[in-house]
Amino acid sequence: MATTEAALNQGWPVAVYQSLKTIGVGQVSYVPDAGHTRLIELFTADEEVASNVLTTEEEGIAIGVGAWLGGMRSVLLMQSSGVGNCINMLSLPVLTQSPLLMLVTMRGEWNEFNPWQMPMSQATQASLEAIGVTVFRADNEEMLVAMVEQAASMAFGADQQVAVLISQRMLGKKKW
Amino acid sequence: MVDDAGLQRRAVVAQLMSIRGDALVITGLGSPTYDVHACGDRDDNYYLWGAMGSAALTGLGLAQAQPGKRVIVITGDGEQLMALGSLATISVAAPGNLDIVVLDNQHYGETGMQSSHTAMGVDIAAVAQACGFADSGSVTLQKELDLLCEWLQNHQPAGPRLYVVKINADNPPRSMPPRDATFIKNRFRQHLGLLPN
Repeated sequence: MATTEAALNQGWPVAVYQSLKTIGVGQVSYVPDAGHTRLIELFTADEEVASNVLTTEEEGIAIGVGAWLGGMRSVLLMQSSGVGNCINMLSLPVLTQSPLLMLVTMRGEWNEFNPWQMPMSQATQASLEAIGVTVFRADNEEMLVAMVEQAASMAFGADQQVAVLISQRMLGKKKW
Repeated sequence: MVDDAGLQRRAVVAQLMSIRGDALVITGLGSPTYDVHACGDRDDNYYLWGAMGSAALTGLGLAQAQPGKRVIVITGDGEQLMALGSLATISVAAPGNLDIVVLDNQHYGETGMQSSHTAMGVDIAAVAQACGFADSGSVTLQKELDLLCEWLQNHQPAGPRLYVVKINADNPPRSMPPRDATFIKNRFRQHLGLLPN
């Protein structure tokens, strides 16, 4: 898509932001993360979007389910260490069959300097799948944009709970 | 004094529900879910049976999606204690259409009546105030509950409000809504004119 290419020239956060706006996302929740910095800036500057900064990641799961109860589409941003905080709360969208779209920046998998990131990194995909979330993984920017668009379609169009993992190798190419 | 006998949870919730109007109601797992159901099942009730710590936050998401409606969360002390940080998140989000009522019996009623932190001095209303809620407070007497109900009906707040209602630690018979979470969700959304996928 030409518009995606144009947006990608400004970096993946702009392309993902534009895609999520087109899909009708009206709420974003996040725990601050370096890899998501630009995307968080774009959303929080957007007065049409309700932005929630969280004290812990699982809060965003419940906020997103509440939004869907009221007819609003939500997206949740976090890094891989935050996935471990979410597990029991994920029973809420799984059991209610409510849409869930999580974008997870990965740590602990490529040139990681901090060993404390390793255990949860290795458990991220396994624990999401164990509780019933469908997991996709993007290794480059073009793939990421397409993957977010189809994941959003599955979430909001088919009541699925979907996480898109953004590889640290891809993020590592950027200066952040 | 009748007040010395303490507030009964079912009577408290019945009084709160009698002034709800067209407010949307979210209930925290355990007894608050049964208390609200005991007042009469409604399409605009959303009952939680699990995901402990989610009630107030589900209320926040709903309040943001439905800014023209009032959202009331009825939950318990244990449920709210599991998400103490959510009071910071809700305060910063600052929805003016969200009220949280914590039914505080100072015990974990579903698990054998073990004492909760509120029995040992933790004050959830004070936490909400410190987080920056537009209004918060605690109620222990019937006349205070009457004043609270009057206040809730007659004041338009600038931000979220939280009230702790101290209740007796008793367990009335369970009044159980359906446990089918998808049914409850679709029924709630249909009430708002939203169709299932």
